[in-house]
Amino acid sequence: METVKLNRGSSIYDKVFKTVAAIAATYILVIIVLIVFQLVSGSYQIWAQEGISFLTGSDWNAVEGRESYGAAPYIAGTFVTAGLAMLVGIPISIGIAMFLSELAPAFLRSPLSFLIEILASVPSVIYGLWGMFVFRDYLRDWIEKPLSNAFGNNVFLFSGTPFGLDIFTAGMVLAIMIIPTIASISREIIIAVPNAQREAAYMLGATKWEVFKMAVIPYSKSGLIGASILGLGRAVGETMAVTMLIGNATGPQAFPTSLFGPSQTMSSIIANEFPEASQGSLHMAALIGVGLILFAVAICINIAAQLLVSRVLRTHQGAVLA
Amino acid sequence: MITIEQRAEFRKHFKNNISNRIIADKIIKGIVFGCVILAVIPLGSILLEVVRNGAPVLSIGFITQPPGAVGSDHPGGIGPAIQGTLVLIGMSSMIGVPIGVLGGIFLSEYGNNKFGNTIRFFNDVLAEFPTIVIGLFSFAVIVLTLGYFSILAGTFALSIIMLPIITRTTEESLKLVPVTIREAGYALGIKRWTVIFRILLTSAKSGLLTGIMLSIARIAGETAPLIFTILGSSDFFAGFDQPVDALPLRIWRLSLLPYDTATAQGWGAALVLILTVLVLNIGLRYLFLRKHSKGRRFRITSGA
Repeated sequence: METVKLNRGSSIYDKVFKTVAAIAATYILVIIVLIVFQLVSGSYQIWAQEGISFLTGSDWNAVEGRESYGAAPYIAGTFVTAGLAMLVGIPISIGIAMFLSELAPAFLRSPLSFLIEILASVPSVIYGLWGMFVFRDYLRDWIEKPLSNAFGNNVFLFSGTPFGLDIFTAGMVLAIMIIPTIASISREIIIAVPNAQREAAYMLGATKWEVFKMAVIPYSKSGLIGASILGLGRAVGETMAVTMLIGNATGPQAFPTSLFGPSQTMSSIIANEFPEASQGSLHMAALIGVGLILFAVAICINIAAQLLVSRVLRTHQGAVLA
Repeated sequence: MITIEQRAEFRKHFKNNISNRIIADKIIKGIVFGCVILAVIPLGSILLEVVRNGAPVLSIGFITQPPGAVGSDHPGGIGPAIQGTLVLIGMSSMIGVPIGVLGGIFLSEYGNNKFGNTIRFFNDVLAEFPTIVIGLFSFAVIVLTLGYFSILAGTFALSIIMLPIITRTTEESLKLVPVTIREAGYALGIKRWTVIFRILLTSAKSGLLTGIMLSIARIAGETAPLIFTILGSSDFFAGFDQPVDALPLRIWRLSLLPYDTATAQGWGAALVLILTVLVLNIGLRYLFLRKHSKGRRFRITSGA
């Protein structure tokens, strides 16, 4: 009798395929490592010359012979615009998430979520165009001028003549851009809160707002923070809209002092000056150095956000299964 | 856990000042609704302005001709930009799709371990990464090595940007294929890789396609990484060692020019770009996302 050849499950083809797939999956790790390597080697020159003062200095002089570079104003500009965007964007996003998950009637939920997603799909450069030719005029005439007239002389935040191409405009457009990111993730996190939490509060006679405040927010706090940090990551790395709206100051003038003054962020200075920098020059090394700082900031933010968000969504899935 | 004392406290709180609490509730509901309106207004304004300012310049000539002399009476069109964007999308997909799909297969079929988790994690990290850094990277690797700005550098940058999206959607859609279908395949003695290619990939086809289209919608709007890679040009594609143009890049350049004709053209180009991106996203939503729109699997993102 002939013996049947049993298929042992793993042939040579299987092994080859698994290896190929593993290589493809590892590609992403290799890319990240290579990015770090390229940024470090590309900016080595500037760290050798400027040392720590590249982080703390504010000079930015590309004239040959008098070259001097400090990235402090741009680091500050990045955090100020992103902070402004967070300040405006987070409350609105969480409001939207609350409306979509707790309050909206069923027929409104999916069209509204869809609109928010469309907002997320508009390319950055179109936000920039819209900000430059439409939004900036409204902001300047309706918000900046009244604020400047009322407080301009007393409060340093509102000093200067509002022109519309400034930190405030950039921050507001960034806020609009991060709202869909934060709102859609927050909504998922709020939906992931078990209904038993809400029912317990309803049983005690709480109103909808009280349920949200006492039962939903405490339960989903870390996830909401994670969603906000993800929004921060987007705001920090955002390039085109900011480049078109922030006024593009360089050197010590770029240091953000007034909301209504021009500034510069890390990504916008790279986008603005890179085409002018000659290859292999100190100027280019300085710009790549700014890129390295941006990389370091962004990777910290993204890792923190992923840890917070994925943990919440994972425990939720575990809870449902159990 | 709520203790008995806390419960007593809650009960006391809820018994008192009912009318105030109901008013507070109404106010908050109003504010929350206001938040939604606040977010929808900019969207409405953007779509309205792009259509209002962009529609008048649209014509066959506008989308086929190369740009004319700056500031002249014959502003020409954005033909090279549209062509460049299409070529870029095609070439990036040729690199990004196979690697992304294979990576997704690995994560779904062999990735239930520490190595898989590490890759999944960094994949998610890269998905939200500032694309300008990826542009710098591509500049350092391709442009500096070859010595010229070219479509190759742009392709490399964009393929890295689409990779995490494709990997993630592939993994998620493969996981949706019921175990019984795999087991049916194994029971017939079919080899694992054949099961993956002939059974899993065909069952997960629509999910895979969704991921690829989402990533295309994303890279179609990318501007920042293109500044240092394809540089921009006024001519049609002339070879793999020449700078090329792309729609988002052209919009940016046009918006910086101090001429009304240039601005009008910028709006026109923005209309073409936004139509492309929206058609991709909305079309997808109605074709595929409905079926499995659970979780954050297919989150739509925009180009930076």
